[in-house]
Amino acid sequence: MTKALDVKDKYVSDFEAFSANGESGVPQWLQALRNEAIERFSSVGFPTTRDERWRFTSVARVAETKFALANGERPSIPTAEVRQHVLECGSEQVLVFINGRYSEELSSTGGVPEGVIACGLRQVTGSGLETVEHHLGKYARMTDNPFTALSTAFMADGAFLYVPSDTILGDPIQLLFLTASGGRPVVTHPRNLICLERGAAASVIESHVGLVDDMYWTNCVTEAVVRDNARLHLYRVQRESEQANHTATTQSYQSRDSNVALTTVELGSALSRHDINAVLDGEGAECSLYGLTQIQGSQHVDHHTTIEHAQPHCSSWEFFNGIYDEKARGVFTGRIVVHPGAQRTDSKQTNNNLLLSEGARADSQPQLEIYADDVKCTHGATLGPIDDKALFYLQTRGIDAEVARNLLTYGFGVEILNKIAVAELRERLDQLVHARLDDGAARRRAKNQC
Amino acid sequence: MLEIKDLHAGVDGVEILKGIDLTINAGEVHAIMGPNGSGKSTLAQVLAGHPAYEVTQGSVIYEGRDLLELEPEERACAGVFMAFQYPIEIHGITNAYFLRAAVNAKRKCQDLEELDPIDFMEVLEQKLDVIGWTDSLMDRPVNHGFSGGEKKRNEILQMAVLEPKLAVLDETDSGLDIDALKAVAEAVNKLRRPDNASLVVTHYQRLLNFIVPDFVHVLAKGRIAKSGTKDLAHELESKGYDWIKEPAGVV
Repeated sequence: MTKALDVKDKYVSDFEAFSANGESGVPQWLQALRNEAIERFSSVGFPTTRDERWRFTSVARVAETKFALANGERPSIPTAEVRQHVLECGSEQVLVFINGRYSEELSSTGGVPEGVIACGLRQVTGSGLETVEHHLGKYARMTDNPFTALSTAFMADGAFLYVPSDTILGDPIQLLFLTASGGRPVVTHPRNLICLERGAAASVIESHVGLVDDMYWTNCVTEAVVRDNARLHLYRVQRESEQANHTATTQSYQSRDSNVALTTVELGSALSRHDINAVLDGEGAECSLYGLTQIQGSQHVDHHTTIEHAQPHCSSWEFFNGIYDEKARGVFTGRIVVHPGAQRTDSKQTNNNLLLSEGARADSQPQLEIYADDVKCTHGATLGPIDDKALFYLQTRGIDAEVARNLLTYGFGVEILNKIAVAELRERLDQLVHARLDDGAARRRAKNQC
Repeated sequence: MLEIKDLHAGVDGVEILKGIDLTINAGEVHAIMGPNGSGKSTLAQVLAGHPAYEVTQGSVIYEGRDLLELEPEERACAGVFMAFQYPIEIHGITNAYFLRAAVNAKRKCQDLEELDPIDFMEVLEQKLDVIGWTDSLMDRPVNHGFSGGEKKRNEILQMAVLEPKLAVLDETDSGLDIDALKAVAEAVNKLRRPDNASLVVTHYQRLLNFIVPDFVHVLAKGRIAKSGTKDLAHELESKGYDWIKEPAGVV
């Protein structure tokens, strides 16, 4: 293992090479943003468990490995193989990214309504499109998270989606990030920007898949700006390889009467840390966050959510379920900040954790910071094995103990999947949850036989 | 159908049932009454196979088989059903999904093919017709957010669909208003057949005005203190439980 400090210095010198070579010639505003970001990262380095925001999640796996930038590598992957990883969602619109770079030939964006832009971020950063300069990097704060700083420093490509006023994107649009590292640890920094203008509506599926069983690292930031009365459904499915590391921030910024519903499903990677930050900055804005984690082995998934109620009459809901088998570990932090004057805030947070084995562990911490006096904030968390009473209930209805255990576990997952409005996607994720359950049951049987 | 002999059982080392003798034949409805703590619910739980209850003595023979040797799910497949006093909430699983899983588990024991969702809905509609209910609870997670009355009704619906030979109703009437009670009782009566039997556990005589039992047994301190016909229930209603003496032979 390498010391985290050396690794930090490596990224700083990587950055110098990065901005001198492949990324030279970018507009000045972008270069300035990157410079600021690398300075920030250089001064703070990787977080440690001594940092309150990271106390349950060690990122040593990431901080002590020298990952090479994968951005330049474009392995050729047969179209048929790429297609296998597209999630069924009743739509053909998909933007494909290989090792963090947009692949026009593998993507299809035909049929989007007039005025909608769906493309690689790289195609628009140098194009003089004002929207990009106006929004990129303005919401995900690099001071909040060193990984965001690193993302901003190295941002080169990702997805850009722009939906003009009163335009409804009927079919979901899928962003598929495939990593094919091959041989050495690589890092990708996909950077996505979603802008929904006044009265616009869109469904976006962000999907991360590992094509190889290697140790690699995805560091992804998605920023979503949702203007007055606009509606965004964002689905996020993380199926990285079980050796991989996944750090991500999903940052939304909402104006008046807007609505954001984010459903995140975490199945893959050895280490995953997902920061979800939502800012409700207009009266009547609503935000719902749903999360399902279903992991096993020694996988670790940390959801760190922050919802800022900056204006009155906003609502937020959080509903996170975790299913942890073997030695898997889950972390949930639900931070709610109600700013002064954000009266009539209505906020509810629920985090339920199912521990399927004695070695599994989950930590849950609500953090309420309320600076207004007329608000409703509730939170609740549960933690434990399958309920004996529920198990007995199912058995008395003829369902044998193992099937009953599976059914109860499945119910835990389905509770979240039921929030997904896209039927095809819901069914596909239902299959993935089932497959994981069957796999867990098979592993348990094999272990018992030993 | 069911023969209970000298049944002793308890929980956490405390004996609650202290020698129950009870025989139930096909076509009969038996009511078990008794004050709080007399062991009524324990008897129901022991028959359903709750793992927390330990049988220390005696036997329960159901259709010629040793019931106590069977797992709860095996008892269910053999036709024993218990309507829970406090039905359990199940996250995420809809009532329709759950009921179909239960029906298919039973069909598997009977070497019948599983029902797909469409065939199952047909069976369900028939049963709902019989008991005169609608399927408004079907798409909701099992008992989740149900009112007390809806939970109890849901138990009876499960009973209707699973067609048990022996149904144990554990205080199904507790907490119900009169309309809900009538609806539940009517459904139970409609499901009554010459080849099935019911054991109705209740604290209140009121239920027995609607489900008329063939036999009434009064439980006191873990034994049947008195048995009789439905008139015994009326006598209990007017006199209370105090006049029932402890059973002879209790030391």
